[in-house]
Amino acid sequence: MEFLPWLILLSPLASAACILLFAHRSKALSVTLSLAAVLTAFGATVALLAAGSQTVASSVTWINLGPALHLTIGLKVDALTRVMLLVVTGIGALVHIYSTVYMAEDEGKSRFFGSLSLFMFSMLGIVLADSLTMIFIFWELVGVSSFLLIGHWFTKESAAKAANKAFLTNRIGDFGFMSGILLVWAATGAVGFDAVQQNMAKLTANPALLTLAALCLFCGAVGKSAQVPLHVWLPDAMEGPTPVSALIHAATMVAAGVYMLARLFFLFAPSPDALTVIAAIGVVTALLAALMATQQDDIKRILAYSTLSQLGFMVAAIGCQAPGSAMFHLFTHAFFKALLFLGAGAVIHGLHHEQNIWKMGGLRKTMPKTFLTFAIGTLALTGAPFLAGFFSKDAILLAAYNKGPLFFFPLLLSAVLTAFYMTRLVVVAFFGEAYHPTGHGHSKDHGHDGPAAMTVPLLILAALSVIAGYGFFAEPIFGHDLFHTAHSLATFSAAGVLEYVDAPHVALVPMLAVGAFVLGTLGAWMLYSGKAKDPVRIPLFANRFYIDEAYAALIAGSQEMLASVSDWVDRYLIDGVLVRGIAGLTWGTGYALRLLQLGNIQGYAFIFGAGVVVLLFLLNK
Amino acid sequence: MQTLTLNHYLLASGLLFSLGFAGVMLRRNIITIFMCLELMLNAANLSLVAFSRFHVGTDGLPNYNAQVLVFFIITVAAAEVAVGLAVIVALYRARQTTHVEDLQSLKF
Repeated sequence: MEFLPWLILLSPLASAACILLFAHRSKALSVTLSLAAVLTAFGATVALLAAGSQTVASSVTWINLGPALHLTIGLKVDALTRVMLLVVTGIGALVHIYSTVYMAEDEGKSRFFGSLSLFMFSMLGIVLADSLTMIFIFWELVGVSSFLLIGHWFTKESAAKAANKAFLTNRIGDFGFMSGILLVWAATGAVGFDAVQQNMAKLTANPALLTLAALCLFCGAVGKSAQVPLHVWLPDAMEGPTPVSALIHAATMVAAGVYMLARLFFLFAPSPDALTVIAAIGVVTALLAALMATQQDDIKRILAYSTLSQLGFMVAAIGCQAPGSAMFHLFTHAFFKALLFLGAGAVIHGLHHEQNIWKMGGLRKTMPKTFLTFAIGTLALTGAPFLAGFFSKDAILLAAYNKGPLFFFPLLLSAVLTAFYMTRLVVVAFFGEAYHPTGHGHSKDHGHDGPAAMTVPLLILAALSVIAGYGFFAEPIFGHDLFHTAHSLATFSAAGVLEYVDAPHVALVPMLAVGAFVLGTLGAWMLYSGKAKDPVRIPLFANRFYIDEAYAALIAGSQEMLASVSDWVDRYLIDGVLVRGIAGLTWGTGYALRLLQLGNIQGYAFIFGAGVVVLLFLLNK
Repeated sequence: MQTLTLNHYLLASGLLFSLGFAGVMLRRNIITIFMCLELMLNAANLSLVAFSRFHVGTDGLPNYNAQVLVFFIITVAAAEVAVGLAVIVALYRARQTTHVEDLQSLKF
C-alpha cells in the first residue's frame, strides 16, 4: 500500500529524467516513456482508490535540525488527495494520448513530452505533499514546467513573452505564499499539515497574526489560480500548445491554488476577515473574467477567461466556508474544461491553426464528433440541468447565498454571463455558414474530425462531464465524508474544531441557477445566430478592462523612474564623485607637485635646505 | 689666553657649513657646487670630532662613536666623489657645459 503513492509520484519523474537526459533524440521512445509513466500513475491511482478510503502516509527525514526545524519528504493520501490524484492522472493520461496526435508533426516533440512528464511529477507532488515545505517546492516546480510548456514554441516572440509573464506573475504570488509559510512556522513551529493543525491554538491565540498568515498563504493561490489582480498571465498562457492549456491551464495546475486553500482550510476557517477577503476576490474574479470573456474572438482566450471565472467561483466558495463545494466544482470543472480545451484543440488542428471564432462557422457539419462533445462540455459548463456543472455550481451558489447577497448576486450574474459567452462561442463557431474569405462558395478543407487518439479522449471526457456530478460516480472517488461536505458549510467551533453543518436548503437558488442558464443561452442565441461578425462591440471588455495596459504603464512608469534615479546615481555619484573625483584628485595633486620641478639645481638645494630647517624647527619646538 | 671650548669648534663648523651652503646656492659651476658639498660634509665631520673630544665618559676616554661615524662619512664621501665626478664628466661629454643654468631640460 505504502509504495503506491511513491510509485505515482516518481514514475513521471523517472520518465522526465530519462527523456530529457537520454531519450530526447528518439521521438517515439520519448512518447512511449511519457505515456507509460502517466498510465502507471493512473493505474496506481485506481489501485489506491480501490484499496479503500483509509489515510496512507509515509515519510523520510530530509533535514533534521532538532525540534525547531524537522523537515520530512512525506506523502499523505486522504480523501482530498484521492480526488486530485484521479483528476490529475486521469486527465493527464487523456491529454498525453491526445497530444500524440496534436503534437505529431512538432519538432520539439521529445522536449514537449519530457516537460509534460516533469509537470505531472510536480503536480502530483503538490497533491501528495504532507507539509507546507513540500507543497512549496512542488508549487515552484509546476511553475517551472508551466514556463517550459507555455514557451514550448519559444521561437515565437509572443509565446516566449507569455512564458515569462506567467513565471514572473506567479513569483509575486509565491513570495506571499513563502511569507505565509514562514509566519505559520514561526507561530506554530511546525510545517507538516497535521502538526500545524495540532498547534492551531498557538495561531488562533493571535487573531491578527492568523489573518496575516492566512492572507499571505492566499497570495500563493491568487498567483497560481490566477485571481484578480494576478490573473493577467492565464489568458496569455494560451500561447502554449492546446493540450497544455487543457491539462495545466484549465484542469490541474490552476486548480492547485483552490486545492491548497481547501487543504489548509483549517487555517483559514478561524479568521472571518481572511475568509471575507478570499470570497470577495473570488467573486470579483468570477464577474470580471466573465465580462471579459463575452468580447473575445480567440477560441482559446474565451475558454481561458471562462477558466478564470470558474476559478473565481471556486475561490469564492472557499471564502463562503464551503471548501467541499469548491473541490466538487474543481472536480467537475476539470472534466468539462479539459474537454472544451481539447475540443478547441481539435478545431484548431482541423482548421490548420485558425483560432478566430468568426473565421470558423458551420463546423457542426464538418466536425460532428467534435461538435457533439464540445456542446456537451458547453452545457456542462453553463450549468444546464442534470449535467456535471449544474450540481457543483449550484452548491457554490447556495454557499454564496448563505454568505450574503453581495456575494450571491455577482456570482449569479457571472453564471448568466457564462451561459452567454459559451453559447456565443458555440453559435458562432459551430452553427451558421462556413466562413470563406471571399464571402461565397465553400473552402476546400473546412475542418474534419481528428483521428481516434483525438476523438476518444473527447468522448471519454464528454461522458465524464455528464456523470461527474452524480453521487454514484463522485461519491466513491470523494469518499463518503468528503462528498457529504460538498453541500455543507464549514465552521470553526469554539473548541477549535472544524465542523461541517448542512447548508440550509433554499429552493430559490437552483431555480435562479436554471434561470441564469436559460437567460444567458437564449440571449446569446438570439443575439448571435446567423451573424457573420460581432454585432456588439464593448471595447472595455474586449480590452480586458485595460488591466494589462495599466500594469504595463505602472511597471514601465516605475521602472523608468527607477532607471532615471539609477542613471543619476551612476552618472553623478559613482562616475562623478567616485571615479572622476578620485582621478581628478590624483591629477590635481600631480599637477601641483609638478610645479616643484624647477629645473634649477640651486632651487632644489634651497627647498631641500628649507625643508631641513623646517624639520629641525619642528623637532626642537 | 682663553682655552678652546666646544662652542669654538661648533662655531668654526657652522661657518664652514654656511660657507659650503652659500657656495651650493650661489655658484653656477657644477664642479664648484660639488666641492662646496664636500665642504659641508667636512663641517659635519669637524663638529662630530669636536663632540667626541669634549664628551669624555666616566672612564676618562672620549666617546668614539662619533669618530667611527666620521670614518663612515669620509668613506661615503669618497664613494660619492667617485660617482659624482663620473656623472659630471659624462654630462660634460654630452652637453659640453658644466653650468647649471644650461641644464634645465627636466622641468615642467
